[in-house]
Amino acid sequence: MSKIINTEEQNKYVIVKTEGYFNKDLGELVISVVEEKVQEDKFHFILDLEQSKIVNSIGASILIEVIEILQDKDGTLSLCHMAPIIEKTFSIMGLTKYCNTFATLDQALAQ
Amino acid sequence: MSNETKPSVELRIPILKDMELVATNTADVIAKYMQLSEEESGEISMALIEATINAFEHSESQKDIFINFTISDDELTIKVIDQGKGFDSKGIQIPDIDSKLKKQERKRGWGVMLIKELMDSVDYESSNDGTTLTMTKKKKNE
Repeated sequence: MSKIINTEEQNKYVIVKTEGYFNKDLGELVISVVEEKVQEDKFHFILDLEQSKIVNSIGASILIEVIEILQDKDGTLSLCHMAPIIEKTFSIMGLTKYCNTFATLDQALAQ
Repeated sequence: MSNETKPSVELRIPILKDMELVATNTADVIAKYMQLSEEESGEISMALIEATINAFEHSESQKDIFINFTISDDELTIKVIDQGKGFDSKGIQIPDIDSKLKKQERKRGWGVMLIKELMDSVDYESSNDGTTLTMTKKKKNE
C-alpha cells in the first residue's frame, strides 16, 4: 500500500518519508502535507523516497504542483534516496531542474 | 531463436486500480530470465506502467487490456493492446515542464514521452477497434 510513513521537522525542513508505489494517491497525500505545512509558514521540504522504489507519471506530475506551490513562497523541494529509475524518470520530465537531489537524507539536511 | 520458437508470456489485465503493477511484476521475472541489467529492467517496468495506464485511461473502454511479452536472444518485445476507440499518436504534444509550471497548464501527459525515452523502439497502431503499442528493449552486451 502507498502511504506516508513519517512527517517530521528538522531545522527549517519538513521531511516527508513515503512507502510504496508513488502513484496519484501518494502524490495527493504528499501535496496535502505540503499545503498544510505551508499554512504554518514551512516552505522547505525534503521528500525521502527510500521506501518508494517505483513511481508513475501521475504521481510525479503532482510533484510539479508541489514545486509550483513552493515557488510562490520562495520555498524548496529536495529529493533523497531516489531509486535509479525514479531519478531517471524525474530527469526526463525535467523535475530535477526544479528540485535539489541528494543520495541521503543527511546530505539533504546539510545542504 | 527462430520466430516459431520464441517464448512468450501473455497477460489479461482488468482496468482496476494499480493493476499496472501486475505487468511490472511479470516484466521483472522476464528481465531476470533474460539476464537484463537492473537499469534495463527498471526502464522496462517504468515504460510498462505508463503504457498500461495510458491503455486504461485513453481507451475509454472498460474492456480488459492484453499484454504480450515476446522473448528473444537479444531483445524483449512488449505489446500493450487495448480495445478502446483508438487515438492519433501523431497528435500527442511533447510536454515541457517549463510551460507546465505557472501556466495553469495540466501537469499530466508525460506517458508517451517517457515510454519513448526509456525503450529502444516504440510504435503505435490504432483503429476504431483499439490500439496496439509495440515497444522493444534491446539487451546490452556487457
